[in-house]
Amino acid sequence: MSKVRLLVGTRKGAFVLTSDGKREKWDVSGPHFAGWEMYHLKGSPVDPNRLYASQSSGWFGQIIQRSNDGGKTWEQAGNKFLYDGVPGTHQWYDGTPHPWEFKRVWHLEPSLTNPDEVYAGAEDAALFNSTDGGQSWTELSGLRKHGSGPHWQPGAGGMCLHTVILDPSDAKRIYIAISAAGAFRTDDGGQTWLPINKGLRSQQIPDQDAEVGHCVHHIAMHPSRPGTLFMQKHWDVMRSDNAGDSWQDVGGNLPTDFGFVIDVHAHEPETIYVVPIKSDSEHYPLDGKLRVYRSKSGGNEWEALTKGLPQKDCYVNVLRDAMAVDSLDSCGVYFGTTGGQVYGSSDAGDSWAPIVRDLPAVLSVEAQTLA
Amino acid sequence: MIRVELPMHLRTLAGVKGEVTLDVPGAVTQRSVLDALEAKYPMLCGTIREYGTLKRRAFLRFFACQEDISHTSPDALLPEAIATGKEPLLVIGAVAGGI
Repeated sequence: MSKVRLLVGTRKGAFVLTSDGKREKWDVSGPHFAGWEMYHLKGSPVDPNRLYASQSSGWFGQIIQRSNDGGKTWEQAGNKFLYDGVPGTHQWYDGTPHPWEFKRVWHLEPSLTNPDEVYAGAEDAALFNSTDGGQSWTELSGLRKHGSGPHWQPGAGGMCLHTVILDPSDAKRIYIAISAAGAFRTDDGGQTWLPINKGLRSQQIPDQDAEVGHCVHHIAMHPSRPGTLFMQKHWDVMRSDNAGDSWQDVGGNLPTDFGFVIDVHAHEPETIYVVPIKSDSEHYPLDGKLRVYRSKSGGNEWEALTKGLPQKDCYVNVLRDAMAVDSLDSCGVYFGTTGGQVYGSSDAGDSWAPIVRDLPAVLSVEAQTLA
Repeated sequence: MIRVELPMHLRTLAGVKGEVTLDVPGAVTQRSVLDALEAKYPMLCGTIREYGTLKRRAFLRFFACQEDISHTSPDALLPEAIATGKEPLLVIGAVAGGI
């Protein structure tokens, strides 16, 4: 019988939640790496028991952990993240030049074909690659050395590269997103990069057609349609049907189009999910009601999903990497909150139930569907 | 034999309980002690000193014989009591509550 495993990163450790295919009862394992910030954990698509985890601390820096048994045991991998060459400067919050400084890994994206290959999205923004199971890391510096690099600026959470999407139809195509530089694409395996931000509009930058400077919060793609991307920007929910060459606003009837997460149904590439957040200065749901919004038309027309979610006095946030879907026949959808709840739906969002309620603030959720 | 006391999270990474002891050839300085520590426990590389610059991480402190020596030169000789193993060198997580 199929199983589902959720990998949950929190501010104070990692948790592994497992259930059978019914997804009614869950076992909770953790905290792993208790007391550390676990920004992200993700499993290899070709070897689901090979997991990678980003463990970090303001005191002790960055650690990478690796598991070969689905998170039961872990071993420390390499943590030598050095920028290629002289890092140079980007813009600081006040507009002055600021040296590139490595702080942490926000996102780990295992290769689609090789369990020993993994990408790491870092703050200050850079993309690293390992082909030896995380033991050693090499920066794909063509991104940071894109001519716009000196103009990139941090968002409120830091200048983080938080999204890495590998194109299943083209091994050399990778999408990434940076707050607050925008989205970029490589078509040559990471040597050269193209900003893909046409159509984005951001009131926070003076030039509405600026090549970079947009605060992209997250991007999602369905593997069957690698040229179609969905984006939750700072404000605005956007869609591209040409691999990011241009974007259209598909916020439609959302009550607010600010938010962090966005994801795509496992079997319906036009069914997408967001969690609207009140505003950039009030990071909680509108009216104290935690509502997932689902569009079955790829955007523009949205329905509120509320069954089983708190509809009063709820003031949590859902951060950018904290939503995931499983691939069982009835698609499971999961998200974690800054209040420490992980909610799950085994019916594609029609109804929800808390899996756990009192974890530390959730930073990330990934779902694995296991045979 | 040099004695070093690590904070709990670094003891966990290194897989040790209590103090660690190190053989430090030559002059006993912050640098030579940390070099020996990282050689014996490579999993601690990057957690006390940053890669590349080898600068002390901002929220860590070094205490020796009731003195905060975090801001002294990494090549300054450590007190005799540290060099002889009478007292441990303390690696301390700075008081910084965070979130």
